[in-house]
Amino acid sequence: MTARPRLVTRREALVAGVAAGGGVLLGGCTRPTPPTYGSLLRLGDNFTYLAHRTLLPGESLVREYSHADLTSFPAVGTINPASAKRAEVAGTYRRWLASDFGEWRLSVTGSVARPGTWSLAELKRLPSRTQITKHVCEEGWTAIGEWTGVPLSRVLDAAGLQPSARFVTFKSLDRRYDSIDLLDALHPQTLLAYGMNGRDLPVAHGAPLRLRVERQIGYKSMKYLTELIVTDDLDDGGARGYPKNGWAWYNGI
Amino acid sequence: MTTRSTPVHARWVRLTHWVAAASVVALAFSGVEILMVHPRLYWGEVGNDLTPPILELPISRNHRHGGWTTPAPLLDGPGAPVSAGRTFEIFNQNGWGRSLHFLAGWMLVAAGLFYVLAGIIAGHFRRHFLGGREALSVAALWRDLRAHLRGFVPLPTGGPDYGPLQRISYVVVIFLVAPLLVLTGLTMSPAVAAAAPVLLDLFGGHQSARTLHFAAFAVLMLFFVAHVVMVIRSGLGRQVRAMTVGDRT
Repeated sequence: MTARPRLVTRREALVAGVAAGGGVLLGGCTRPTPPTYGSLLRLGDNFTYLAHRTLLPGESLVREYSHADLTSFPAVGTINPASAKRAEVAGTYRRWLASDFGEWRLSVTGSVARPGTWSLAELKRLPSRTQITKHVCEEGWTAIGEWTGVPLSRVLDAAGLQPSARFVTFKSLDRRYDSIDLLDALHPQTLLAYGMNGRDLPVAHGAPLRLRVERQIGYKSMKYLTELIVTDDLDDGGARGYPKNGWAWYNGI
Repeated sequence: MTTRSTPVHARWVRLTHWVAAASVVALAFSGVEILMVHPRLYWGEVGNDLTPPILELPISRNHRHGGWTTPAPLLDGPGAPVSAGRTFEIFNQNGWGRSLHFLAGWMLVAAGLFYVLAGIIAGHFRRHFLGGREALSVAALWRDLRAHLRGFVPLPTGGPDYGPLQRISYVVVIFLVAPLLVLTGLTMSPAVAAAAPVLLDLFGGHQSARTLHFAAFAVLMLFFVAHVVMVIRSGLGRQVRAMTVGDRT
């Protein structure tokens, strides 16, 4: 009977320890997260986001590979906007192709000092970065590709982030709508890529410009980019965004 | 009644058991869904529909669907890597599948950490996994093995008086299979692999980790089936009572 009180003390110590561990994660609760739309699954996604942002080092780089490691690479999602069902999407893309993407523009707006538009030639004049990385698709497959482009941070620097800026929202020609936080947006391996494997970005992989967010799952690396909007608040895209459509907004897992 | 020789399951054992059980069911269900989306297994860093698999599982309409555009080379020269697009609408429910998998994964990790810490602090592992010299002898193991093979099932004790084979299976699942599942799962996270690239080296790459994740899952399911069969054969009602309300009668 004398052992009993001691056991309770240990148990209490254990509970206190677990509670303290949870407290570390609670620190992340001030961080904005996308709406859950009443779904427990979205709540789990947000927990993953908070856990990754709290427990993982923000500056870590994904592994980079050599030229000999390049592999075959499936193209999924939209693979040719010129044959899209929406006439305006197909028409716009055909015009871009006809002008060798001379008519394409990327607009940069929102919480920036100098909003504006970029042509492909202008983006290519900025200092570039080439990286050979592994694409991780939510479906379960992987592929290694070489990406050349301008680090997103360069474009954001040129536009001049307002002190209130926290997120970067992206829109594409094929009507995708998504956003990332500034930690991923300013990450050195986050690119606006216009080249793949030493050539111009192929149509099937998002020509003329796609995003590369290397520490998240493939679908965050949006293809056929048209707009970049810097925001103070998290914009999940509502009915057009991923969470409302059943997919995680943060997908670094 | 001597309480010392026939202890009941501690409250924290019962609680973590059921949280873990619910998590494993959700993980298995969502895990099979995720595997159905891409029922091909590979070795190394890379594997996709345009590279050779080591195993293809005939578990969804995605199995060898063959709906691909003519491959276009991604580099110059013969044998260059290629790109191709799908002409086939694949089965893909990974929106809820992946999110449920990770939600249940967090639950299992929380319950598992609590269980292991409590098991060490409360002396659960020392007393019921390692304790009782006679149960750990080769002779006892041999006896237990022969009894199981003959289909002889001992009466349930309603507590943690585990037999030799039972102890071995619990130790293998708790300290080998579960950590392997968690670590191979973490290896597949691009954010975690960036923070801890050693995981990629440990398992030989992303796709090797995915294949090992599946292999460990298969072992866990064997345990799951054996566990449920033994619970039923040794007295379902009594065992469930013992693991819920903690009753020994």
